[in-house]
Amino acid sequence: MSILINANTKVITQGITGKTGQFHTRMSREYANGKNCFVAGVNPKKAGEDFEGIPIFGTVKDAKEKTGATVSVIYVPPPFAAAAIDEAVDAGLDLVICITEGIPVRDMVKTRARMKGRKTILLGPNCPGTITPEEIKIGIMPGHIHRKGKIGIVSRSGTLTYEAVNQVTVLGLGQSSAVGIGGDPVNGLKHIDVMKMFNDDPETDAVIMIGEIGGNDEETAARWVKEHMKKPVVGFIAGLTAPPGKRMGHAGAIISGGKGTAQEKLSVMEACGIKVTRNPAEMGKLLKSVL
Amino acid sequence: MNIHEYQGKELFRKYGVATPRGFPAFSVDEAVDAAKKLGGPVWVVKAQIHAGGRGKGGGVKLARSIDEVRDIASKMLGMTLVTHQTGPHGRVVRRLLVEEGADIKKELYAALVVDRVLQKVVLMASSEGGMDIEEVADKHPEKIHRVAVDPFNGLADADAESVARKIGVPDGLVPAARDLFKSLCKCFDECDCSLVEVNPLIVTGDQRVVALDAKLNFDDNALFRHPEIVAMRDLDEEDPAEVEASKFDLNYIQLEGDIGCLVNGAGLAMATMDTIKLYGGAPANFLDVGGGATAEKVTEAFKIMLRNPKLAAILVNIFGGIMKCDVIATGVVAAAKQVGLSVPLVVRLEGTNVDLGKKILADSGLPIISGSDMGDAAQKVVAAAKGRK
Repeated sequence: MSILINANTKVITQGITGKTGQFHTRMSREYANGKNCFVAGVNPKKAGEDFEGIPIFGTVKDAKEKTGATVSVIYVPPPFAAAAIDEAVDAGLDLVICITEGIPVRDMVKTRARMKGRKTILLGPNCPGTITPEEIKIGIMPGHIHRKGKIGIVSRSGTLTYEAVNQVTVLGLGQSSAVGIGGDPVNGLKHIDVMKMFNDDPETDAVIMIGEIGGNDEETAARWVKEHMKKPVVGFIAGLTAPPGKRMGHAGAIISGGKGTAQEKLSVMEACGIKVTRNPAEMGKLLKSVL
Repeated sequence: MNIHEYQGKELFRKYGVATPRGFPAFSVDEAVDAAKKLGGPVWVVKAQIHAGGRGKGGGVKLARSIDEVRDIASKMLGMTLVTHQTGPHGRVVRRLLVEEGADIKKELYAALVVDRVLQKVVLMASSEGGMDIEEVADKHPEKIHRVAVDPFNGLADADAESVARKIGVPDGLVPAARDLFKSLCKCFDECDCSLVEVNPLIVTGDQRVVALDAKLNFDDNALFRHPEIVAMRDLDEEDPAEVEASKFDLNYIQLEGDIGCLVNGAGLAMATMDTIKLYGGAPANFLDVGGGATAEKVTEAFKIMLRNPKLAAILVNIFGGIMKCDVIATGVVAAAKQVGLSVPLVVRLEGTNVDLGKKILADSGLPIISGSDMGDAAQKVVAAAKGRK
């Protein structure tokens, strides 16, 4: 078991013909069972063609009907990415993973409003994607640092997720799934949603939760953990040294009006029984100490 | 991206939001001309910088004669204005706004922000205008009223009127306030704003609702569809190093410390700064070179960091995913040779092609200190920086 995706997941790539889409489709296909998972691409202008053997369809709906795929991954450029999510939602996919960074907030506000009451789950945007090691990788993370295991990882940052994954692997443990929820202020799955999935997943024994400045998703998740989580959770929050009012790379990583500081998040997490470290080099060690 | 108050008010007027009459002035003569055009008997001269708290810092002055306008303008232009938002270094005033005086009967507050939990734009309003809204939120949270804006249909009439009444807009002016709120929402939406703040929003003696101030921020991700807004960018208001970095698509923020950081990924870049602090150092900058960095970009990043006179050491922390370690290593070596490495350099590489990357660094003959993990690298760079003092 795992969360969100496994070796049997069938994936459509939206934006398969762009440079990024091509590169990561190749990498994902080479990973574990990827050859059987990446079954379709979408490009309205190239319907009927193929990308290295993967058939290209004109629409997501068409790709879904012809291949039985239930998940899509989006590498479409920012001006068109929200519309790509809308299309996947309209086609009734179970899960849409949007890698694209730089989508205007207004577009995402409208897309999220359209998604109300629909069954599709959104991961991202501006995220590395998700991986279930030794089964399937959907996204841009380096596959080779992962190893099958029982640790769940959820994070807003890509490279910091890799950091945690690597530490866990080096310690001889492995991951059930690693999920990057992305650095945008208006997004799909949040820490709390992924935490619930890990809680329900019999193959996950403990979770590393990585957050950063901005918003209050980490606090919301921490309060849920205190009430409901059956497994140990450890955490790290990036941005203790970030100055207020400055956007730290991610669109959502900003302390505004004194809110969304790392200290505030760490305090709430600790108060909710989550062990935290202020040293990102020790996330793995801390996790091992609670097992 | 931010704009000046006078530019914000020009945008407001396009959307039918009432503002005082006024003209921008870049020189004392222009300020005097503006005052003459407006007529008297009272003018307000306002320093235009991208920071709040200007009134308290001496950046907003009342003038009762043309001579006084001239006097104030000549003192204000070129002055360094320090407010609680500028930091201790302050900002040099290069532009003024000369406005007609306003007959203020009531000071209110209105703002539009994106609520991350609701995932909608929210109108926030309060009867406590003219004050710092964070202070109001702290002391009198019950005095802040919020209503969500429908992403497709905009602000509902009934919601706008209800908020207007709650913040004490007189009955007869509720329709005017409603229309103003709706116009602000339209402006926010169409211009891809990330913040619109009117503090204060005033009720005047002649029974009008007027935006006495205008603070607008825009979503950087949406600027591609707003060349007219990009044209309002004032580079004098931005940190020169940050402007230079943005030309190379580098995410750079100048900080107060002396250890330069070059990292891939925003989260890891923040975490690297935190680790430096944890071991007793202070980061000189935030720098995310992104996932698609080339050797050229890395070289530019080094040049920008090395321009900082405070710089005592550099830490490169890369977790190669899409970004391959050998590419970064090539960039680091090229940069060090091209710009001349004047401070100690600590490099920590991990991930894709890490062995090749380490070999490139070792073969370069450069005095590069290698860090085995993030903690080790941070300790080494802090020690190196201290060793130079």
